[in-house]
Amino acid sequence: MDAAHLPGSGVVIVGETSTTSPEIAAVRAVLEQVVDPEIPVLTIDDIGILRGVEFEGATVVVTITPTYSGCPAMDLIRDEVTAALGAAGYDAVEIRTVFSPAWTTDWMSPHAKRKLSEFGIAPPQPAGAERTPVLCPRCSATTTHIVSEFGSTACKALLVCDACGEPFDYFKEI
Amino acid sequence: MTGREPVVAREPQGPPREVDATLFTYLLRHADDNLVLAQRLGEWISSGPELEEDIALTNVGIDFLGQARAIYTYAASVEGEGRTEDDLAMLRPEREFTNCLLVEQPNGDFAQTMARQLFFDAYQLSLWEALSRSDDVTLAGIAAKALKEARYHFRHSSMWVVRLGDGTEESHRRMQDGVDAMWRFTAELLTGDAVDAVMVDMGIGVAPATLAAPWRERIDEVFAAATLRVPEDPYQRMGGRTGFHTEHLGHLLSELQWMQRTYPGLEW
Repeated sequence: MDAAHLPGSGVVIVGETSTTSPEIAAVRAVLEQVVDPEIPVLTIDDIGILRGVEFEGATVVVTITPTYSGCPAMDLIRDEVTAALGAAGYDAVEIRTVFSPAWTTDWMSPHAKRKLSEFGIAPPQPAGAERTPVLCPRCSATTTHIVSEFGSTACKALLVCDACGEPFDYFKEI
Repeated sequence: MTGREPVVAREPQGPPREVDATLFTYLLRHADDNLVLAQRLGEWISSGPELEEDIALTNVGIDFLGQARAIYTYAASVEGEGRTEDDLAMLRPEREFTNCLLVEQPNGDFAQTMARQLFFDAYQLSLWEALSRSDDVTLAGIAAKALKEARYHFRHSSMWVVRLGDGTEESHRRMQDGVDAMWRFTAELLTGDAVDAVMVDMGIGVAPATLAAPWRERIDEVFAAATLRVPEDPYQRMGGRTGFHTEHLGHLLSELQWMQRTYPGLEW
């Protein structure tokens, strides 16, 4: 994907950046404190929202991507990134939102998926494949059924476990 | 925040300025489709047939709203007149809206909403798939993301159409009534005009007529499972793409735009 940008909007459409340096590692350490407001066990890095950190002169440029186009948490995440970096002494911060490459649950690490499961949310299966039975995060039963493809947020579906009777969220593969 | 020019300029192989007016028109059509349908789905909030469905309709609605925002933002940058996504959504009169007539139709009962949704979701699946291959990388990026969401939308609406159509006598009757009421607005989705032709020539857009076959295939498959029949009445209404709307859009916009019209520039 070629680089592209929506001038004056703060919406940028670019590929990922992969520069590493001690300065960037320090910024990333600060961003480790920023969690998804709707899934507080996961950081924005765990979930794949954080796409890049770089310096442009003295300005820290943080690139993030929405999970879904209409994710209502994006404004809050922007504020929290700015606040966390401000508290750590980074005053010049620019946050860019990118749409491409489109976010996928495949960016979530195995560690993140485990945390999700422990929190009571069934983690996403591989995107693009036929969905196999979703395990109940409470009792690990495979006999579960879907109630609604759209659960408490756009990124989750609502399922019920046939074994223990517990309703639970499944983080949809996308 | 820094006051500097954007680091990455608009797409390097982007179209020359002379096609920008047409591109702007083209983008607005798709953004308007999404905004108007998002508003309609929002009307279901607190009135859904069950709690889960109330939430589902809202979630689908915010997908449309998010997609609309991205397209309006891009459209505003193409226009280059300093307008924002909010100006385009909140301060254009009815005649300047170029959404298709289907999305502005009232919700009716839940079955009518699902008929409208099925027809539109089946259309957008093919639309976003085609536009994700657009030579316009900004539009292609928006489309690739929207396509993933459209798959869930279609799965949701087709599931309901089958459940209601192949359900009880009452649910079948309502589902067929909903289909009959919405069918007359479907040809517009699949009919192109001069704007589409320019966009196709530029490698930016897709010819709506090429979406017709896959659209009909999806609908026929769902109808077969739902025991629904395609309406026989050939009458079709069009005009939305040139700003000639049914009587419903003005009422929708008056609610959508009321705040900015009454208190210009108001912010939360």
